Amino acid sequence: MNVAPLGIAAATLPSGVRAQRCPVSSGQLITACRLAWEQGGQLVALWASDDRDRERGFCLRVLLKDADGLTLLEHTLPDEGARYPDLATIFPAANRMQRAAFDLTGVQCDADDQRPWLWQAAWPIDRFPLRRDFEASPKWEPGQEDYPFVRVAGDGVHEIPVGPVHAGIIEPGHFRFQVVGEKVLRLEERLGYAHKGIEKRFESLSLLEGGRLAGRISGDSTVAYAWAYAQALEAMAEASVPPRAAALRALCLERERVANHLGDLGYLGNDGGFAFGLAQFSRLREDVLRLNREAFGHRLLMDIVVPGGAARDIASDAVGAMRTQCAALKREVRVLRDIYDEHAGLQDRFRTCGHVGRELALQLGLTGFAARACGVAEDLRADFPPPPYDALAVRRATRTEGDVAARVAVRFDETLESLRLIEVILGALPDGEVSAPPSPIPAFRLALGSVEGWRGPVTIALESGPDATIRRCHASDPSWRNWPVLEHAVIGNIVPDFPLINKSFNLSYSGHDL
Amino acid sequence: MLHVLRQIAKTGIVSERAPAPADEMRVAARLQDEILRILGRALAIRQVDAGSCNGCELEIHALGNPYYNIEGLGIRFVASPRHADMLLVTGPVSKHMAIALKRTFEATPDPKLVVAVGDCGCTGGIFGESYATLGRVANVIPVDVEVPGCPPTPTALLQGILAALKK
Repeated sequence: MNVAPLGIAAATLPSGVRAQRCPVSSGQLITACRLAWEQGGQLVALWASDDRDRERGFCLRVLLKDADGLTLLEHTLPDEGARYPDLATIFPAANRMQRAAFDLTGVQCDADDQRPWLWQAAWPIDRFPLRRDFEASPKWEPGQEDYPFVRVAGDGVHEIPVGPVHAGIIEPGHFRFQVVGEKVLRLEERLGYAHKGIEKRFESLSLLEGGRLAGRISGDSTVAYAWAYAQALEAMAEASVPPRAAALRALCLERERVANHLGDLGYLGNDGGFAFGLAQFSRLREDVLRLNREAFGHRLLMDIVVPGGAARDIASDAVGAMRTQCAALKREVRVLRDIYDEHAGLQDRFRTCGHVGRELALQLGLTGFAARACGVAEDLRADFPPPPYDALAVRRATRTEGDVAARVAVRFDETLESLRLIEVILGALPDGEVSAPPSPIPAFRLALGSVEGWRGPVTIALESGPDATIRRCHASDPSWRNWPVLEHAVIGNIVPDFPLINKSFNLSYSGHDL
Repeated sequence: MLHVLRQIAKTGIVSERAPAPADEMRVAARLQDEILRILGRALAIRQVDAGSCNGCELEIHALGNPYYNIEGLGIRFVASPRHADMLLVTGPVSKHMAIALKRTFEATPDPKLVVAVGDCGCTGGIFGESYATLGRVANVIPVDVEVPGCPPTPTALLQGILAALKK
């Protein structure tokens, strides 16, 4: 983003993806966001930090992304009474982020919508967990809040509450449907049930220990988060990763992508009434996980990516097995894709269902594969490729239809592309070490890491404290931007299509609730 | 249709034998032999994610794949706690899920078995107890069997589920 028209000085920010940081006043904050929007930029994340111990009040950080890379706007609020302008008028995705920032730090936005977002009465509403003087009391019993859902009135309109305990094996969250007959007039999400104080927990860990927690922000994206965290830490330490470690990281990330897409393709078949699809794809997914365990000792590849490189090398006999598996998977996925494509009943469910147009996707800031399914061709692996992706020439998978069928098609394409990448990586695996411990990191450094996980870009903003501690760590899941779009995607569809639409996005609860 | 049949025939039956129950995972023996005999292996499970990272859920899903074929053992996952014999609970129990978990437990008919899943469900794991979490599942509802692991493998999950049944 070019901030020169605003007369703001930008400095380079250590980051896995090219990034700059700019201090902004309250007025500049809103003009910078408007300028970013006009330049085709998007809001990635918004969070606040308590810097009163360093006599800097509170700091609001707004992370934007465009074709030039990331831009971090930093706005200082002198005390807890100060407010900042509502950015949701430019980027609607800011709404929930602003509310969450208030729940956790008490930094208030000058917006009409002051409803809590992550807060659900687990702690007193006037205490803020991410303040440095916050002390939890064992006397606080979980309470119940009365959340003001928007109701639709009219003849024949009724309400369907769903969750937080869902009918399947799913993470906790609440959906409130307003329907007429079977038709959905409105869906409102209520999240925060999986809030487990991850950002506060980071602050009790050392910089090196933090990687393990990052790998547990969202279990299905453990490689992506661990890598984003490692990227931030390495950028801070100005450390480079041994080439073999970089290749192993990409190998793990692509295997994570394959495993998730295979699993979801099975469930998408199942939700469309085609149980055969689930049986076949869940078998293939299991094959991938079993070989993960043989190769790296963990089925989901947790704790393999660590700051400095990889925790272990790939088992020597696994390289050949992985190549054989890639060839077999490609063959099987193609057969199953033909079966899905030719299945009239399934296509009837998939096509036009849960439609999101490109314009809406851009307005709301949709990201990841869901955005690529409506013609927004963004992929960090191709746009800002870190090693080894800079030598892999990742082919972006895109569709323009924006319905469930398009998201299914993108998942098929990405699965096959990941299998190709895995073969290329295995064919040119560099020799050498898999880890180079990063040098000591000075206090009060800030750095970013951002990695294209299977769902979309996951971002970590890491700030060091004295003695290699974590001062602040903010994790941003693509789900923050995609959950609000799901509310739009179901409008006008029938209630029984909701599981199908929901699964076609498969958004994270834990990664969002933190 | 021909493609589907060909793929089914080509895949064949990949289901594996169920592992032996892991008695060491049992932390309480609340149920009498008689009841367990009646339950046998026709078991209905209600899974509750009480705040996990979703890693455990992924492995619980895997139980349904053709290799583990949990339904072939007479065990199925049900949509309502009122239909369930067992709760399979992952943690750490977030404070925001505590009430929902207690209500799910209350809605489950007696005798109800509870299996706590994963390091977080067993001990609170890396998240521990904080302003936002109550830690292990046993801090909120009574637990019969604990299946450790981050996440536990599908085999360990099956061993734990069967250990809750076998006496």
